[in-house]
Amino acid sequence: MLDSVEATTALLAEHQYIADVGLSTSLFLALKMEKAIFLEGEPGVGKTEVGKVLSRAFDTPLIRLQCYEGLDISQAVYEWNYPRQLLEIQARQFGGGAGEQQDGDGVTDDIFSKKFLLKRPLLQAIDHSHKQAPVLLIDELDRADEEFESFLLEMLSDFQITIPEVGTLEAEHRPIVVITSNRTREIHDALKRRCVYCWIDYPSHQKEVEIVRLKVPEVSVQLADQIVGFIQAVREQDLYKPPGVAETLDWARALGHLHINSLNTAVVNATLGIILKYQDDVNVLRGKTADELVARVAAG
Amino acid sequence: MSKETDNFLENILLFSRMLRQAGIPVSLEQSIDFARALTLVKIGDRDQVYHAARSLLVTRHEHLRLFETIFNRFWRAHPENGPVAGKKATNARRPSGQRRIDIATYMAARAREADQPVDIPDRSETYSPAERLRRREFSEMTPEELEKVKRLIREMQWQVSLRQTRRRIPDSRGSIIHLRRMMRSATKYGGVPLDLAWQSRKIKQRPFVLIADVSGSMEKYARLMLQFFYSVSHSLNRVECFVFGTRLTRITPALKLKNIDRAVDEAAREVVDWSGGTRIGESLRRFNREWSRRVVRRGAIVLVVSDGWERGDVDLLRREMRYLHHRCHRLIWLNPLLGKDTYQPRVEGMSAALPFVDDFLPVHNLQSLQALSEHLASLGKHRSPQPTTGT
Repeated sequence: MLDSVEATTALLAEHQYIADVGLSTSLFLALKMEKAIFLEGEPGVGKTEVGKVLSRAFDTPLIRLQCYEGLDISQAVYEWNYPRQLLEIQARQFGGGAGEQQDGDGVTDDIFSKKFLLKRPLLQAIDHSHKQAPVLLIDELDRADEEFESFLLEMLSDFQITIPEVGTLEAEHRPIVVITSNRTREIHDALKRRCVYCWIDYPSHQKEVEIVRLKVPEVSVQLADQIVGFIQAVREQDLYKPPGVAETLDWARALGHLHINSLNTAVVNATLGIILKYQDDVNVLRGKTADELVARVAAG
Repeated sequence: MSKETDNFLENILLFSRMLRQAGIPVSLEQSIDFARALTLVKIGDRDQVYHAARSLLVTRHEHLRLFETIFNRFWRAHPENGPVAGKKATNARRPSGQRRIDIATYMAARAREADQPVDIPDRSETYSPAERLRRREFSEMTPEELEKVKRLIREMQWQVSLRQTRRRIPDSRGSIIHLRRMMRSATKYGGVPLDLAWQSRKIKQRPFVLIADVSGSMEKYARLMLQFFYSVSHSLNRVECFVFGTRLTRITPALKLKNIDRAVDEAAREVVDWSGGTRIGESLRRFNREWSRRVVRRGAIVLVVSDGWERGDVDLLRREMRYLHHRCHRLIWLNPLLGKDTYQPRVEGMSAALPFVDDFLPVHNLQSLQALSEHLASLGKHRSPQPTTGT
C-alpha cells in the first residue's frame, strides 16, 4: 500500500493521471484513514476519472453508481428478482413430483433468499466475493435527492447493509469510496464531514500541457502548448459553460484528426463546437475575440 | 503525554477554534481526524500540511479562501510552537473564481447563534388597520403605516405549487404496482398475489428564487421587498434570495436570521449599491452564470421584482431573460408601477423582458401581495402559453 503523498502522485502518474499536490494529499489521506473521498469541481476536470484510475492502479473492480433524482434502494442497493420468484412459485405448485407434499408454506419457502437477490452497486461493493477492496464510484451525487444522501450517510458510517429477509451483510474489505459532485446543489455537511473533501481546480498551464501530451500523444509539443494556452484564455472569458479538461482533450484529438500543426483563426472557428456547448458562448467567442486569443497564443 | 504532544494538540484545537470563530464549522471529530492526518503526512512540508487540513476541516468551496487566510495567519503567528516552520505560503494554491469572501455571511451565521427567539407580536391591534391598509399604495404610506404593513407582511403565509418528483413512495391510491410489497404479502397466500400494493410519485414544493431590484427608482419599495422576502423564506423551504442594483448580491443566508429586523438589516448591509443605477441585464447575467445552475433546478419558480427601468444594454437583458425563461418552470415579474391605472410597459427594458415573462403582476399594495400569494398557490402543472397579466 502507499506510504506517502509522493508515492500517491507517482502511482496516479503511472496510470496516466496527472494530479496536483492537493488531490494527492487528499487521496493519500482518504486511503490511509479509510474514509471516502469527496471530489467537487467544475464539470470536466477529471473527477470521475479518479475512480477509474484507482481501480486500475489497485487492480480491483470498479463499481459505479450513477446518481439521479429518485434513486432508491431498489436501484442502489438490492432488488428481488420478481419474475423469477413468480416462476419458481408456479413451478413448485404445478411441477411438484407425485407423492411430494406441497402445502402453502412449501411453495414460498426460500423465495426471499440470496438466489433471488439482484445486487445493485452498493450491495456489490460490500459483497464478499471480492478478494480485495473494490472501488465504489458514486458519480454526480448532486443529482440524487436528499433522501438518498441520508441513506448513503448511514451506509458510509459502518459499511453494512441490512436486508430484512436475509440479515445484515457487512463488508469484508471496506470499499474505496469515491464520491463526485458538480455542485449543482450543496451536499449536506454531515455527509461531507465524514469524507475527505477535495476541490479540483482547472490544472495549471504546465500541468494541462502534460495531460494533453500524455493522453493525446499524436499532438506535437508546440500544438499542445497552443491548445492549452487558448483554452485557458477561453476560461477567462465570460461564458455560461467554460471548457473543462475533457474538452481540451477532445479538441486536441479533433485537431489531431484534422492534421493541424498550428492554431489559426479558421481552424478555431470551424471547431469551436467541440469546446463550447452553448450557442451564446460560441457567439461570444467567434470572430474578433477568437482572433485576439489566437494572436495572443501565437505570440506565446 | 509529553509536553511536545500537548503543545501540538493545543495548536490544533486553537486552530480549529479560530476557524469556527470565522464561521467555518469544524467538529471535534474533524479536529481529531486532522491530528491523525498529521502523523501520516510530512509535517515539514507546508503544502502537505495545508492540503491535509483543507481536505479534512473544510467541506464547502466557499470557505476555501477564508480557510487559506486563516491558515496562513495562524502558522505565521505561531512559528515556534506550530508543527510547521513558518515558511512562506508560496505554494498554497488559491481556489479559482472571483467570488469575494462574504465576511458578512459569517458574521450573520455567528449572530444567528447568539440570536434570541423573537416575541410574537400582539395581533389583536393589527387586524383592523389591516383592512384600511390593504388598498393603500406602498409609495404613499406614512412611516407608521409602513411599520404596520411590515408586520402584516411578516405574518403572511406563503405557498408555492408542487411538483411530482421521480422518487416513489408507497401509496394505497397510487397507480404504479409496488412489486416488493406485493411479493412479500403473496408469501402469506402460498405465492398468490392476492393483495396488490401500490406506489406513487412523491410530491415536493418547487424551489423558489426571488430576485429584487433595489436601485434608485425602486427605493420606496426596496425595504418592503426585503420584508416580503423574509416572510417567504421563513414559510417555505428551498428559497433563494438575491438583490441587485448595478451588481448582484445573494442575501439568502442573511434572511435566515430569526429576528426579522436583524435579518433585513443584515441583508441590507450586504447590498453595496443601494439606490444606485440599474443594470438589470448585467445583474441577470451574473445570476445566470454564477447561480442559475445551482438554484434554478428541479422545476424552480423564479420571481423578479423590478420596474424594468434598464440603464444598461437592453439586448443583454433580452438575452439573459431568454436564458432564464428556458431554464425555469415559471418566470414571474412583479412591477410596482403596474398598479397605476395609466401604466403601459413602454420602458424599453420592460418591453424587452416581457416576451419571456409568464406572469406579469403588480406589487404596489398589500392587496396585490395577497393576490400574488394566491396566484403562487394555484399555479398549474404546466406553464401556459399565454402570459398572465394583472392590474
